[in-house]
Formats: sequence, structure tokens, C-alpha cells
Amino acid sequence: MEILNLEGTEDTPKIILDKGNGIFEISGRSLPEDSAEFYQPVLDWIEEYSKAPNGNTDFMFKLEYFNTASSKLILDVLSALEDIDGVNILWYFHEDDEDMEEAGEEFSELVEIPFEFKTY
Amino acid sequence: MKYIFDLHQTMLEQNLILVYEGEFTQEITKSVLAMAERNMDSSGEESSIKRKVFNVMVECLQNIVKHADDVEHNHSAVFMIGKQDNEYIIVSGNPIKRDKVDGLKSKLDQINSLDKDGLKTLYKDIIKNTEISDKGGAGLGFVDMARKSGRKLEYEFLDMEDGDSFFCLKSSIARV
Repeated sequence: MEILNLEGTEDTPKIILDKGNGIFEISGRSLPEDSAEFYQPVLDWIEEYSKAPNGNTDFMFKLEYFNTASSKLILDVLSALEDIDGVNILWYFHEDDEDMEEAGEEFSELVEIPFEFKTY
Repeated sequence: MKYIFDLHQTMLEQNLILVYEGEFTQEITKSVLAMAERNMDSSGEESSIKRKVFNVMVECLQNIVKHADDVEHNHSAVFMIGKQDNEYIIVSGNPIKRDKVDGLKSKLDQINSLDKDGLKTLYKDIIKNTEISDKGGAGLGFVDMARKSGRKLEYEFLDMEDGDSFFCLKSSIARV
């Protein structure tokens, strides 16, 4: 399956979705002008992946910041992952970033996927 | 050229560290954010406060970008950051159509009537049940601003001569 690899910018996150190497990562800052358009390739990739997923999918979110329009799309990403067996969310937050920790907790309450919380 | 002096005096009196007037786009948003971040970095601001200020600024600026086309005559708006000993102030002013005022008012009043837990519930309710609008908004901006600032959102609507309203919004973030 094709690898989705987007370099991070000052307003969009770095994204690596690599089935072969088992790397699933969204990190950095997310405040794109059009969040729906930005995340569409991610949602498309997950849909394709869901047809033949790995036994285990550790999906990592390591976001420094995201805006509210992105938060809606992150929920869409999580909802798409919800239908895949063996998905774990690794939610990273900076150790003094309570808001990011709380955001992860809220997402974990909105979807039925196990979340693991980690600090960096 | 006295207006230069006057403007400078006003900025000093109001403790304004950044004032931008003009067209609002994503590119401008990024520039304003970068300037404000640099200012907070160079003054050694605490990272948790920096993050909250950044957060509120983004929602405020992107709100203006998304809704700037709503009015016909005047697309320019104003955005300011004030820094006092005990708080940061984030202020914006932009023209909106007068028929949008009531809806906006009731939304802001609803948000201001809620405590921390109420805001959390409202946030989760909106994120679950709302689709992204054709303007690209999730309808969560004000709620998030109230949550991150931990304060009420102050607002005022002023009548403009061309029939539109000028929407003033003020958020503050404690520095302690």
C-alpha cells in the first residue's frame, strides 16, 4: 500500500502513514486554512487501509497545537480508525500541556478505541 | 503628523504589543502569530501561557478570515494584543451583517453562562453533532476561546453607517 508522507509546515502537521513499516503518525501543528481539504487524503488512506489492516495499528498523535476546525477532523480520523481491529491510539502531550492532555481524554471519551497517554 | 504620536501614545497607554488593521487571510494569520510568538519568546513568557494565548489568537484570527466576506463594503478588520502585568488581552473588531447580530449574541451569551464543565459538555456536543460548515468552521471557535482563556468573552456590537455592525470581541488570559 502506498505511503502517505507529508512534511510538516508552520500551519499543517507532519503525517506519515506507512503500512509496511507500521508507522502511523500525525505530529506538529494543525491550523490549516481548510482543514477538511487537508485531512481528506488521510481519511482516504485510512479507508483503503481498513480493507486489509495490519494485526496491530499503533496510531500516534503528537500534536503541539491544533485549532478547532482540525479537532473536528481529528475526530473524523479517530472515527474512521474505530472500525479497524487492533487499533491503539498513542496520544502524546508535552508534560506541562494540560490542555493537550485533556483534549486527548475528551477524544478518548468520544470513540471506542483504547488510548495510551504519553508525555514528551 | 501628530496622529503618529497619538497612535503611539494610545498603544503605550493600552499596553498594546501588536496592532494589525487590514485584510485578514491565512497568510496574515500566520505572520501575526509568528510576531506574537516571537514577542512572548523574547520576554521569556511561560510556555503554558504562551500556548493559551496562541490558541485564543488562532481562533480569533481564523474567525475573522472565515467571515470577512459576509459583508459587502468593508473587508478590513482590526486585531490587537495587549500585555499587562497580570494578563494578556486579545481583541478583535470586524464588520458583520446586522442580521447576524442576534444569533451571535445568543451564542456568546450561552457560552458566557456556562462554567468549565458546561463548556466541556457543549464542546463535546458540538464536535459530535456538527459538520464542518462551507466556510470551514466547526462552530467551536468561541467555545474553545472561553475554555482556553478561562474567562468570559466580552463583546459589543456597534452600528456602522453603511448598515452593518462592528463586532468587538475581547478575551483575556491570566499571566499567573
